[in-house]
Amino acid sequence: MPILLRCHKGIGPNVTGTALVATDNFSARYDLDRKRGVFSRPNHKLFGQSYVDRILVFDTAKGGVATAWMLHEMVARGTVPRALIFNRVNPILAQGAAFGAIALVDRFDGDVTRIFRTGDDLRVDPTAGRVEILNRDE
Amino acid sequence: MRLTEEEQAMLAGELGEPRRWAIGHQIAVGEFFDAEDFVPVSHAHIMADTESLGEAGVRFLQGLAAAPEAERRVRVPTITDPRGIDFATYRRLGQTPEMAALEQRAIEALRAFSVLMTDTCINYQTIIAPIRGEHIAYGDTGVVIYSNSVLGARSNFEGGPSALAAALTGRAPRYGYHLDACRRGTRRFRLIASPGELSEWGALGGIIGESCGSYWEVPVIEGVETPPDGDALKHFGTALASFGSVALFHMPGITAEAPGFAGPPPVATDIGPAEIEAFIARYAAPDDKLDVVVLTAPQLSLFEIAAVARVLDGRRVHPETTVIVGTSPEIKHAADRMGLTSRIEASGAIVTQGICFYQSYAREMAEANGWTRLMTNSAKLANIIGGYGYRPTLASLERCIASAVAGRVL
Repeated sequence: MPILLRCHKGIGPNVTGTALVATDNFSARYDLDRKRGVFSRPNHKLFGQSYVDRILVFDTAKGGVATAWMLHEMVARGTVPRALIFNRVNPILAQGAAFGAIALVDRFDGDVTRIFRTGDDLRVDPTAGRVEILNRDE
Repeated sequence: MRLTEEEQAMLAGELGEPRRWAIGHQIAVGEFFDAEDFVPVSHAHIMADTESLGEAGVRFLQGLAAAPEAERRVRVPTITDPRGIDFATYRRLGQTPEMAALEQRAIEALRAFSVLMTDTCINYQTIIAPIRGEHIAYGDTGVVIYSNSVLGARSNFEGGPSALAAALTGRAPRYGYHLDACRRGTRRFRLIASPGELSEWGALGGIIGESCGSYWEVPVIEGVETPPDGDALKHFGTALASFGSVALFHMPGITAEAPGFAGPPPVATDIGPAEIEAFIARYAAPDDKLDVVVLTAPQLSLFEIAAVARVLDGRRVHPETTVIVGTSPEIKHAADRMGLTSRIEASGAIVTQGICFYQSYAREMAEANGWTRLMTNSAKLANIIGGYGYRPTLASLERCIASAVAGRVL
């Protein structure tokens, strides 16, 4: 029986994928090598790991406005996360998700970096404001 | 969202494809943040460097720019943030003709919308300063936080696509810092002693930014007894926005508004010289070979350029170190006219205009030039640049220049 979680209505298409979770924040400009598709900021908790096609789960967004263009550019490059899940995002992430047509949700009851675990298989439905964990029941 | 008749016409495509795309994008973002309607804006400021845009972003701009002139013309005065390439210096910095060609295409597309290519992140110092209460749609976090806080204007962080959308519709979704309710203080800090150097003001912004860590927190900083100058608050605000994604702060008695706290006043966190010193010490690398000194982010004001010229007078940059001094086209022209550029470049330093280093293919520049150790007096740059493969050191202007002359971090 999948675990069903509710959140605020999000942006972007319905997707399924595997979660990559960190108690850290996110900016495409500050944290990523977008050519290699990995986290490149040395003090990021996911340093060296690939983000491509993963559902990234973080606390919030970092400074910087570049992510609004960069998600769209990453789609064209084929080095883009499958979806983004946050506790609460800033406008830039929402603008970037809307422009790049990437699934984005936030505002759950509880801390998303504790609710979700790396390796969880997730189904994200932004329009309905719901996320299902498909591969565990507790 | 409630839409006026004109907004409904835009959404139906009756005013052309650019405005249909723009209002559709703004509605998606507005509904995400529970905006009830739109608010007219008087200016827009677009961040559109080609490193962020990429080929895909430039093609998007060119596609919209192909619409008839009446359909693509922006509705409010619209200016630009720094570009990716300074055509006068890009070869010396190790950037490529392919990058310059992409930049040229982006410029032509933006001009087709009647965007004014100011290429600056200090437009509040050089183009026009927004007025208290004025609703605007600005990109660049440093521009937004200064305009909101020091000047009392009202903007959210509008990334490139959203700022372009606001320019095309003449409005922005009314949420966040357009609303009184979001502008009250949520965190409280007390300054024990005011910083002196701009690098220390940046460090203070970094400390408070890391503590806040959210766009939706509004720090109130008490204990600032003497008004800092605009460059100090520029470095403070840009670092606060960079480290914390913060878009608004208040310094009672100094900044434009004093709206109080959202609830009972929170307990104040004290910050003094020891905290600032410890913050800067995180970036220390004594005696490391120094590859590049970068003085920008934000672009330098005329007063900062004059200070750089004064510190460099009669000195020679070490042959294995590059010094880059970045400013806006307006200030560059002034510096040329006043003899400041030639004084700076006599030392071997490079003065750039219209770029801001980290927005200019920083990773490719590092690879082309073999740069790793970077020194700067900008806390914002020290925060950003690690992800591009640099090891940053934060220090005062004087120490940056002395290190550049020595070729190693002093």
